[in-house]
Amino acid sequence: MSAHGHGTEPHAPVFTAAAARAELDDILSRYPTKMAALLPALWIVQRERGWVSEDGMREVAELLELTPAYVKGVVTFYTMYHQHPVGKHFVQVCTTSPCNVCGAEDVVNALLKQTGCGELGVMSPDGKYTVIEVECLGACGFATPVMINEDFIDGVTVERVPAILASLE
Amino acid sequence: MGYPHQPHERETLVLSKHFGEAEARTLAGWKQRGGYRALDRALRMEPAQIVDIVKASGLRGRGGAGFPTGIKWSFMKPGDGKPHYLCCNADESEPGTFKDREIMRWTPHALIEGCAIGAYAIGAETAYIYIRGEFTEPIRVMEAALAEARAAGIIGSNAMGSGRKVDVWVHRGAGAYICGEETAMMNSLEGRRGNPRIKPPFPAVAGLFGQPTTINNVETLAAVPDILVNGAEWYTKFSRPDNPKSTGTKLWSVCGNIQRPGNYEMVMGFPFGEFLHEVCGGALPGRKLRAIIPGGSSVPIQTLDEAEGSLMDYEGMIAGGSMLGSAGCIVIDDAQNLVKQIARLVRFYAHESCAQCTQCREGTGWSQRIMERIVAGDGTAEDLDTLLSIADNMTGKTICVLSDSCATPIVSGIQKFREDFEALIKRRTMHPVAAAVA
Repeated sequence: MSAHGHGTEPHAPVFTAAAARAELDDILSRYPTKMAALLPALWIVQRERGWVSEDGMREVAELLELTPAYVKGVVTFYTMYHQHPVGKHFVQVCTTSPCNVCGAEDVVNALLKQTGCGELGVMSPDGKYTVIEVECLGACGFATPVMINEDFIDGVTVERVPAILASLE
Repeated sequence: MGYPHQPHERETLVLSKHFGEAEARTLAGWKQRGGYRALDRALRMEPAQIVDIVKASGLRGRGGAGFPTGIKWSFMKPGDGKPHYLCCNADESEPGTFKDREIMRWTPHALIEGCAIGAYAIGAETAYIYIRGEFTEPIRVMEAALAEARAAGIIGSNAMGSGRKVDVWVHRGAGAYICGEETAMMNSLEGRRGNPRIKPPFPAVAGLFGQPTTINNVETLAAVPDILVNGAEWYTKFSRPDNPKSTGTKLWSVCGNIQRPGNYEMVMGFPFGEFLHEVCGGALPGRKLRAIIPGGSSVPIQTLDEAEGSLMDYEGMIAGGSMLGSAGCIVIDDAQNLVKQIARLVRFYAHESCAQCTQCREGTGWSQRIMERIVAGDGTAEDLDTLLSIADNMTGKTICVLSDSCATPIVSGIQKFREDFEALIKRRTMHPVAAAVA
């Protein structure tokens, strides 16, 4: 897989596994329409595969009786679905004003340097990291919040960056 | 001091009483703290009685709009033969605001109880809690609490043995500020792009899945159980004597350049100056507070004088030149480049515009480019008039208020801190010789 593919790589189906299928069926039982399960289904694809490829979108479309084009339209609206592979540790740093006035840009620069990413949105040469800036993470009083995959770390300062990166494996 | 610190003696703890207590997250711990008494009582009342109590309490929407909750509930007509829905807005994304996050992290059962009471009161059998995708910990805590409540029969097809069906589910968003707008949220829940809908029809007529729907903020719903247990009159006493329109306690999220950032629970009408300087500890050492955005990034910026003269309720913040909004208070001190921070907010709105309406799609982008050019030192003398003209075209002309929200910091910033903008423009656009002479 290339670091900057566009979602065209072959992609194993997700919902042929019994557990994933049962999870989706449980979700479907909560809503009066199949379409309402679209966001949750895409979350399952991303959890299982690390990103949402065109094949993943097609599989979800078929299960929920939607068209692949429709599903892609929804995927591209939301910022959290990855449309290409990302580093093993996907690092999101809030730099909106409340965190910005507390030094968030310095945290971003420290992360870019120490992960070897160099640039926002670019995977590090070892494939371990991708660092991006995000808009308000809703933890403004705990500046600067950093999300690494599904983990949320409050109060990150430049000084804490080396220890945080060392804890990731 | 407010959470994550020890409570300050001038706080009034109702919603935040159990913040930081891990035990309160469990069903057993919550019941020990008096949990689910209100729901038990509510399920044995007529829905209309509950609506009347909430109306009498004066509770108003805590998400920003401040609409009276009981009146909103009364728009849902019982016995119309249609399925009704309750949506809990937990998409908390307004820069400066982080109160709902703590309610969900520490007192998930308070929210479940509020959702169940609200659902029953509006004739809904299903409530969805729409939580922003980034809130992974609140989602985990809410899911665990819901599983416990479901296993104990508190929610489900026979809620607390009442014979009533009340189900509550978490629905995870996927990264979009606009989904905090109630009609965008309904579209997102239905599996669509989060584009706001044109009103009318209003959600109470045709909302989620085309059915009558009520949308309430996390803090609003979490306030309901205590109101039912203690009575409407108890709640109305949390107000200033000369303003019965704002009642209850309010969580204030405070962030930015301040000694003790965090969440503080204050009675409506508390003096904002005392709050900032005394309760939150005031400015950082050697600095001075300069600009305050009291209600989340969408409300007008206040000067320190305006803030110090304001009272912390819906009417008091308007009198003080701003709005209560979501009570997400962003404090900016004299060490910051204020224009850069306003530009950063404008970039936020440009990023988050759903791009349906021309005025917003183009206006947010143009405003961002002009603001960033001013910050970079390439601004011109005409830029401020251009910004104000664009802002005028962005206000009151679109499906939702994201466009207006983008214009607000620009307009209030230029009105109240014009010298900051002019200093940046003059500094770099003058001919070097002219600058040397000046």
